[in-house]
Amino acid sequence: MFAIKVENLTKEFDGLVAVDNVSFDIEAGEIFGLLGPNGAGKTTILSMLSTILKPTSGTAIVNDLDILKDEDGVRKSIGIVFQDQSLDEELTAYENMDFHGRLYRIPKNLRQERIAELLKLVELEDRKDSLVKTFSGGMRRRLEIARGLLHHPKVLFLDEPTLGLDPQTRNHLWQYIENLNKEKGITIILTTHYMDEADKLCEKVAIIDMGKIIALDTPQKLKEDLGGDVITIKSPDADKIYSKIKASWVKNIESHDGFVTINLENAEKHITEIVSLSSHNNIDIESISIHKPTLEDVFLNFTGKTIREQEFNTKDQMRMRQRLWRRR
Amino acid sequence: MEEEITVDIVYTIWLRHIKRYIRSRSRIIGSLGMPLFFLLVLGFGLNSVVDLPGMGQDYMGFLIPGIISMSVLFTSVFSGIQIIWDKQFGFLKETLVAPVSRMEIMLGQTLGGATTSLIQGLIILVFSLFLGLNISNIYGFLVACAFMVLIGLSFTAFGIAIASKMDDMHGFQLIINFVIFPIFGLSGALFPLNSLPSWLQPLTLIDPLAYGVEGIRYGLLGTSQINPYFCFIVLAGFTVFMMTFGSYLFRKIQI
Repeated sequence: MFAIKVENLTKEFDGLVAVDNVSFDIEAGEIFGLLGPNGAGKTTILSMLSTILKPTSGTAIVNDLDILKDEDGVRKSIGIVFQDQSLDEELTAYENMDFHGRLYRIPKNLRQERIAELLKLVELEDRKDSLVKTFSGGMRRRLEIARGLLHHPKVLFLDEPTLGLDPQTRNHLWQYIENLNKEKGITIILTTHYMDEADKLCEKVAIIDMGKIIALDTPQKLKEDLGGDVITIKSPDADKIYSKIKASWVKNIESHDGFVTINLENAEKHITEIVSLSSHNNIDIESISIHKPTLEDVFLNFTGKTIREQEFNTKDQMRMRQRLWRRR
Repeated sequence: MEEEITVDIVYTIWLRHIKRYIRSRSRIIGSLGMPLFFLLVLGFGLNSVVDLPGMGQDYMGFLIPGIISMSVLFTSVFSGIQIIWDKQFGFLKETLVAPVSRMEIMLGQTLGGATTSLIQGLIILVFSLFLGLNISNIYGFLVACAFMVLIGLSFTAFGIAIASKMDDMHGFQLIINFVIFPIFGLSGALFPLNSLPSWLQPLTLIDPLAYGVEGIRYGLLGTSQINPYFCFIVLAGFTVFMMTFGSYLFRKIQI
């Protein structure tokens, strides 16, 4: 059974294609990750799925409802936690929840019951009467997630849920998300540009770059497809290494900001070759490492760039910095 | 989305507005400061030198309805413009993505703004009782309140219309200096309309606030320069227009 079916979804902004003819399915009960650099179109996809933005063409079915034909129905059946904070800081945690419950027309008794339950779930029950402006970033995030669950959505959208949070809070949040998925059976769709987050949390991942889906599978499968090992070399002459290594055992090689990443089988066997080749050609190597492929390597393999490089290519860099600054 | 209106939802938005208002004591006091300052300085300062022939009023008495309108005007425009903060701090998204119509949100905001501006106006009115204002009949008082509500509704909607078009507070000073102050200055709040040179008078006649000031003046003092029924019709018409226009622009907000 599908929770979401996306069909040829496209969104253009003034001739700029943000989402380019994207189609995919998300199964009910899944944790699905949209992975990609900032500006890849992840948030735009979420905005269209949650009926905030109208697609230029194509459509999607969310919980058996068409996003074009039944906006209200879709809105009632989904919960969403935005990338940027969307709480009223001048209200208390309880009041924020209550406001939401009233907007979704949850009857009073049920509303009070659920608010108490959810605030307990996100461990905010003793702060329920404090103004949100006194909350830390992690507490706000948890409150937003609790709020998104108040009307018992079948699908929960999380847009960069852990952006700007410290590692400990991130781990904590991951646990919540996993529990929610398991215990309540909620389908969760999250966007992230943290590869480890997608790897750890998601059962399926769609890698998005420049508005297109370039790969879609389980993280495990994506990494296996890449296969073998990955050798990463840090060197001031990265480009030189890149041009010198032309052996047959190299499956894929990429050079990117001071690093060379080689994808190959049996890395242990070939690493000495690489080192002697480098010293032969008088190329300095600062460090060298072998590891199993990560999603980062998958992204690199598909796009020829690391996710971070791709990010700093875009003008979004400034916006991103502003956003982080505002969140502080 | 079809534009159905549920009282519950409008009430929810209204309630949030009121809660925020009650909580921001510094804003309440701050926005009372200027009207009280005008009232005291202009009222006492000019009372003995200004003579208003044929009005049966001293200047202080004349000024009080004007300052009440001023207080209502500024509070309501500020209330409407607050939507920019909601936009910037993201809260508007939460409201817009809920299964409610924009009309409900707009109505809740407008009623909230009108309520807080009525309260601000009434605070000035109560204060004015100590400066010689005499409310002799309850009917007049209610007339004044009705006009305050109309000013509150129309200018909150006006603020929302502006906020729908602005992305941040940068243009705010511009709006205050070039729109709100002229509206206030030309409304006859501070001086009788017929004391202006004849080339300026048409401008006062297209100033919707002028009809509000005159209406409140009629309610509180029993005299006005413009027929109060006419004032009511003009201001009510302006309110309907502003609320329609405001919700039109508000509906087009993209987030």
